[in-house]
Amino acid sequence: MSTTTNVPPSRWERLRDSYMWYSFKRDRTAQLCLAVFICMVIAAFASPLLAPTNPYDLSQIDIMSSELPPFWIDGADERYALGTDAQGRDLWSIVLYGTRVSLLIGFGAVILQALLGVTFGLMAGYLGGRVDTILMRLADIQLSFSTLMVAIVVGALVKATMGSAFYSQYAVMMLILIIGLAEWPQYARTVRASVLAEKNKEYVDAARVMGLRSKRIMFRHVLPNTMSPIFVISTVQIANAIISEAALSFLGLGMPETHPSLGSLIKSGFDYIQSGSWWITLIPGAVLVVLVLSINLLGDWLRDVMNPRLYKG
Amino acid sequence: MIAFLIKRLMHAILVMFVISVLAFAIQDNLGDPVQQMVGQSVPESEREEIRERFGLNDPFLVQYVRFAKNAVQGDFGYSYFYREPALEVIARHLPATLELVFAATLIIVLFSVPIGVYSAIKPRSPISRLFMGISIIGISIPVFLTAIVLIQIFAIGVTVTLFPESTGWGAWLNDFFSTEGNMPSFGRGYDLVNVVGNWDTNLATWNGLQHLVLPAVSLASIMLPLFIRLIRAEMMEVLQSEYVKYARAKGISMRRVYFVHALKNTMLPVITVGGVQIGTMVAYTILTETVFQWPGMGLMFLDAINRADIPLIVTYLMIVGVIFVVTNTIVDLIYGMVNPTVKLTGKPA
Repeated sequence: MSTTTNVPPSRWERLRDSYMWYSFKRDRTAQLCLAVFICMVIAAFASPLLAPTNPYDLSQIDIMSSELPPFWIDGADERYALGTDAQGRDLWSIVLYGTRVSLLIGFGAVILQALLGVTFGLMAGYLGGRVDTILMRLADIQLSFSTLMVAIVVGALVKATMGSAFYSQYAVMMLILIIGLAEWPQYARTVRASVLAEKNKEYVDAARVMGLRSKRIMFRHVLPNTMSPIFVISTVQIANAIISEAALSFLGLGMPETHPSLGSLIKSGFDYIQSGSWWITLIPGAVLVVLVLSINLLGDWLRDVMNPRLYKG
Repeated sequence: MIAFLIKRLMHAILVMFVISVLAFAIQDNLGDPVQQMVGQSVPESEREEIRERFGLNDPFLVQYVRFAKNAVQGDFGYSYFYREPALEVIARHLPATLELVFAATLIIVLFSVPIGVYSAIKPRSPISRLFMGISIIGISIPVFLTAIVLIQIFAIGVTVTLFPESTGWGAWLNDFFSTEGNMPSFGRGYDLVNVVGNWDTNLATWNGLQHLVLPAVSLASIMLPLFIRLIRAEMMEVLQSEYVKYARAKGISMRRVYFVHALKNTMLPVITVGGVQIGTMVAYTILTETVFQWPGMGLMFLDAINRADIPLIVTYLMIVGVIFVVTNTIVDLIYGMVNPTVKLTGKPA
């Protein structure tokens, strides 16, 4: 392509000409999923504006109006579109607030995983030798247990050491820490594999000959070339982190019931499912599935587009 | 081969060592055993004496060696809650979990192979697309939610009144989508048959099998989509290979090419990934057993956490560690044996 002017294309122009945008325009599923995902994120973070009641404000909760069904079932109250839970909280409000907490933990945990995993992966791949052996052996050991198992065990131990009152007070931070620490090997392995492929290329040699320090080469030269696998696994990891949060909360090792997240809502509703109030548990459940499904489908699309050499096995 | 074996064995021992140090550190730091033994009203001097007698004042390393020595001999201490050796408590709960995992594995194998192979042979058929769609939805549903939905549909029952009752087809559709909800969803049932020792089986009676169905299906639901996708991907890759084309060119029947030539090589990676996944199912048993109150190891572990029953927690961690290490080592060995291209002594790829 020959251009008469030497002005480099702007970011927007580069995006518009990219294969990614081309493929996105043709993929109805990806568009739908992105739309659903963005809507959910906006709705969740705008929950104080959208929700008719504030579940943290005890004065707005009326225990007399507990276990009311959603609007399409007889006996529904028009004040509560999706019904109420066993404590009389408006289900629509707590689902919005709960989604916000779940997303917060999901993103937070993935950022932590990525920071740890990318740093360790870069070090293992670029420095090699003993650092590589130790870090990868550590990752191997941790991955040979399932990450969920690690999260459950760590969560249980932290809760047992600190007492449940302290734990539930700092539950969001704790969950981010636990899920972040449990899943970093995924990033480390992926990054290490692509660093190994990159590090013998000429541009790295050139940088080394110029006398740049290892740290600079690692983060400024090698890292940008390992971004596409990082993006691809990030989507899957966000979905996994949200599921892990829900699983931990469901086991009573995560968010307390007074502090709604999707997992703790499902848990609190499960106790009432036998009495016929299925909506308390299944509506947050459905929201969780739609959220995770849209992220997973976006991840699938992204993997097809970027087609990185993911670390296999 | 011997070198590979020894290498794997060393790795397994290293992992178990790390786990045991962690487990011991937990035991050492959580709670005060003297407090557990004597309660509140014993003076400090006597506590100190007990501490000295049980060697609780010894250095960490000395205590760890003692702990490891006992653990190797199967002595993990007494459970605070059950007041019997922790290993015996685990042994009593182990059969329930193993039966659950066995039933789930059976479901996975029976369904994933035919579905995976079919959707690899006919990737564009509507049925394959349907299966792939269901499988990505399956991956996105957490195991406890599957369990809750199954309970709602099959144990509590659903009455659908969505379609107009007055028309014949409306009533029929309502009937079709409604379920009675008479499946048991709580515990193992009353009709267990003792096989040997403390192994009571669910597999021998109708009531026992009924109790097993919903938990096993929930547990299988998390792995089934992964296996379907894995088998499909591997099979599609194998179908592209030269030897399959050659077999086809020779005029061998397609059925024989698919199920004798191609399937054999498809199963190789499936065995390895599968073996490891069966190990990770232990984590999901905690969730499944909680939902269905299935009296296995997972439920016991969660109860132990809520009761701060530290010896039981530590023993569970060690046993689960052994299960993981053993399955991973066996899987590696099987892979090394069935796939001659793996360099057994060399570095892992």
